[in-house]
Amino acid sequence: MTRFSLGKWLLPLYSALALIFLLVPIVYTFVFSFNASVKSNIVWVGFTWDNWLNVCADASVCGAFGTSILVGVTATVAATALGTLMALALSRYKFRARSAVSLLLFLPMATPEIVLGAGLAAQFLSAGVPKGFVTIVIAHTLFCLSFVVVTVKARVASLDPALEEAGRDLYGSSAQVFWRITFPLLLPGITAAALLSFALSFDDFIITRFNNGAVTTFPVYVYTAAARGVPAEANVIASAVFLLAIILVVVSQTTQAARRKRLAKLS
Amino acid sequence: MAAGTFAEAGADLELVGITKRFPGFTAIEDLDLTIPAGSFFALLGPSGCGKTTTLRLVAGLEQPTAGRILIGGKDVTNVKPFKRPVNTVFQSYALFPHMTVLENVAFGLRRRRIGDPLGKAHEALRLVELDHLASRKPQQLSGGQQQRVALARAVVNRPALLLLDEPLGALDLKLRRQMQLELKTIQNEVGLTFLHVTHDQEEAMTMADTVAVMNRGEIEQMGAPEELYELPKTAFVANFLGQSNLFTGTVTSSSGATIVVEVAGVKLEVPKERAQRHAGEVTIGVRPEKLLLHTTAPKKAAGLNILGPGRVTDVSFSGVSTQYQVVIPGVGPVSVFAQNMVFGPVVNEGAEVWVTWTVDHGFGLLDEPEPGPKFASDTDTRTIAVQTRDELLAEIEEA
Amino acid sequence: MAFAAFGSSAAPVEQAPRKKSWIAWVLLAPGLAYLALFFLTPFVSLILTSLQAPVEFGDVGQYQTAFKIENYATVIEQYWPHFLRAFGYALVATFFALVISYPLAYFIGVTARKWPLLQALMLTLVIAPFFISFLLRTLAWKQLMSDDTPLVHALKALSILPPDGHLTGTAFSVIFGLTYNFIPFMTLPIYTNLERLDTRYLEAGADLYAKPSTTFWKVTVPLSMPGIVSGTLLTFIPASGDFINASSTFLGSAQTQMVGNAIEANFLNLLNYPAASAMSVILMALILVIVGIYVKRSGTEDLL
Repeated sequence: MTRFSLGKWLLPLYSALALIFLLVPIVYTFVFSFNASVKSNIVWVGFTWDNWLNVCADASVCGAFGTSILVGVTATVAATALGTLMALALSRYKFRARSAVSLLLFLPMATPEIVLGAGLAAQFLSAGVPKGFVTIVIAHTLFCLSFVVVTVKARVASLDPALEEAGRDLYGSSAQVFWRITFPLLLPGITAAALLSFALSFDDFIITRFNNGAVTTFPVYVYTAAARGVPAEANVIASAVFLLAIILVVVSQTTQAARRKRLAKLS
Repeated sequence: MAAGTFAEAGADLELVGITKRFPGFTAIEDLDLTIPAGSFFALLGPSGCGKTTTLRLVAGLEQPTAGRILIGGKDVTNVKPFKRPVNTVFQSYALFPHMTVLENVAFGLRRRRIGDPLGKAHEALRLVELDHLASRKPQQLSGGQQQRVALARAVVNRPALLLLDEPLGALDLKLRRQMQLELKTIQNEVGLTFLHVTHDQEEAMTMADTVAVMNRGEIEQMGAPEELYELPKTAFVANFLGQSNLFTGTVTSSSGATIVVEVAGVKLEVPKERAQRHAGEVTIGVRPEKLLLHTTAPKKAAGLNILGPGRVTDVSFSGVSTQYQVVIPGVGPVSVFAQNMVFGPVVNEGAEVWVTWTVDHGFGLLDEPEPGPKFASDTDTRTIAVQTRDELLAEIEEA
Repeated sequence: MAFAAFGSSAAPVEQAPRKKSWIAWVLLAPGLAYLALFFLTPFVSLILTSLQAPVEFGDVGQYQTAFKIENYATVIEQYWPHFLRAFGYALVATFFALVISYPLAYFIGVTARKWPLLQALMLTLVIAPFFISFLLRTLAWKQLMSDDTPLVHALKALSILPPDGHLTGTAFSVIFGLTYNFIPFMTLPIYTNLERLDTRYLEAGADLYAKPSTTFWKVTVPLSMPGIVSGTLLTFIPASGDFINASSTFLGSAQTQMVGNAIEANFLNLLNYPAASAMSVILMALILVIVGIYVKRSGTEDLL
């Protein structure tokens, strides 16, 4: 009801301005990926396709990007596997210390990243573990884990337990019921959790900063380069990732909308 | 309503030429309605007939596309809902989940800065016998209790007009009866004007002094419950309010106090003052409980309508009465309700019977008869199956 | 989004969980082991490290186990302004993020309900910043606010900014950056909550003589409290530990350093591990206390 909106035009206008505000630096980053800059990409020189065509001219940008992808995939697989099992246990079984486990999973989300990063770094230091790819993956898996559990748990909670009961009623063994009923129904939640994990890992800097050693991820590259000027190639990679993600979101949403429309037509 | 004061008494409500269009459809078309102060008025109709929209228009939660709304003679068409002397008992109750029962009831009083809101809220809760639960949260109450809180929350404001949106819908039978009684008592005590919207004909008839039957955004008929039941003017009213047996035929004579209608070769009489139209094709009807079953051909008598012979196709026992479906060749199925005066049904399925009724019990409708054979009066699946089978058999024979 | 789930975990549908608890422990074991090894023990390491003392005549960065509780006194004495700035900036940024996000979330979640396509589009735009490196976004702001931009010239012309003033490197730019970076974290949980808001409560409010503004403060805001609490926590906690926005290469300067910068510098540049660890422990403790009090006062304990 428009009656309850804070003024008829004020609210839409305010929302539009807020969204524009959110998009300003994104547009800036995108525009400057076409800047014909030489070293630092601060002043607009002129338009060029070169940065997009020769992204890997500066090998270090592409190398960092590759490392980020590798870290992201590894951490996502680990966190999704561990987290899904925990989510199933938490939402489908009764055991003592359930609330204690839930609290333990909540704490990493309530801890500032810098404390997580410094803690792990202190741990690796005292254990004498050299920092590098493995320590980055360990750190990323840690902060993704809680988000996976929360996302998958929400999905399990929305499942009707009667579906599994129906599976068992129809002569399904426990394993069959899990793989043929529970798992397919959980898959959207697990996928969402994995995508979220990857996004979190890909963009993480603070925790990585404390545990990367000599390995350079994309955010680490940007941070180091920031002092003397980030090359336009970094803007190209960030913009490309952004466009890809937006396309994925739009495609999934339009197919969902189309499916809903078809279902509505059928009923 | 001025802040800090209660309405002195119920106010009358007047809707003038109200039309409400939503994108894609028209909910209400040119509706005129006057509800006198202090009355208990029910808007009765099937879902989608526009009754809830009417209520929301009165409450100010929707704006009419055209027309005016007057409460107590004052035009409130453009008055915001929070300034109207109207309160609603919502279908979903809409009790604020973050407030206690007491705070819910005191909410309206506080907004209007009426003195001693908590005292008055307690008083209203005592009225619905829930004062002992005042400090609970709404979700800790049962459906019936929530309903009573919603009622208290509305009544405590002493609105000039109280709107009830199917408030008893979610309750079980016993609670409904209790609540119906409670509503009636409150209305008598407080003297407010009640506008009650419902699809339940029994609820409307037992509670309201005036019932308006609504269909497709228009009021089909309005009057006291007995009047609506005794003399429905349209086929819709005749079938929505209880059941009716309807017959269509041509008026053959209209001399004297009755009109004579020929239905499938049989002459049926209806008193003139109970018939809306006295010439041409008309639809006449009679309530199933007014019919008598005979196993032998009854003697023709003045003031008696006879149909038959027909065959009993269905007998269903419902405690107080037994319902018989009788198929009369050329006329179609007829329902008969018979009081269970003896143990077991009077006749069995397949029996040959005649039905009779006193001429005074018939009524004639205003409707133009619809094309097609008859108004199918509440046909059961069995009868339909039998009919379809007969039709199919006839087709096969023809071929 | 899980940011939303953060808030919605307040009301999980409890499904009669099954008995066989040993299966649960089997499922939990790998995850619990992981958390024990890489979340709980690091805390212990952190506390132990924070009490270490330098090795006598050792190199820079060489420490030995000790019980040097003075480390805490030292860092508090040296870095209390950093703590103050961290919490002060985070608080102000959380406030502005809420002010910007709530109406936006309300519009997407309530007003735009009638237009699902608009709703989906706006939601995509809200999460769009997640898809592009936040370091680059922050750098973009730095360049947009740097001394030679039209914005700064305009502000100087209007004498809002003194002729020798800067936008970057000030408390303003740091808070601005923090606010900007955490708006999605604030908007999403509030949106998830408001999206489920039953507008019939608003109608009931109007029916009971409440002006739209009264209905908003007395009904809408209390009902969306769980969303507000998760949004503010998701903003305040990371903002208070942030060191990007306040760093000199981004939006800050030496005068705007937050405790995050102090921890980073001590751990990675000065190799003063005990000091960095002590500050981390203090930061964590303060956050737990603040969050505990906040959650208690806002009456949403069941969120945890």
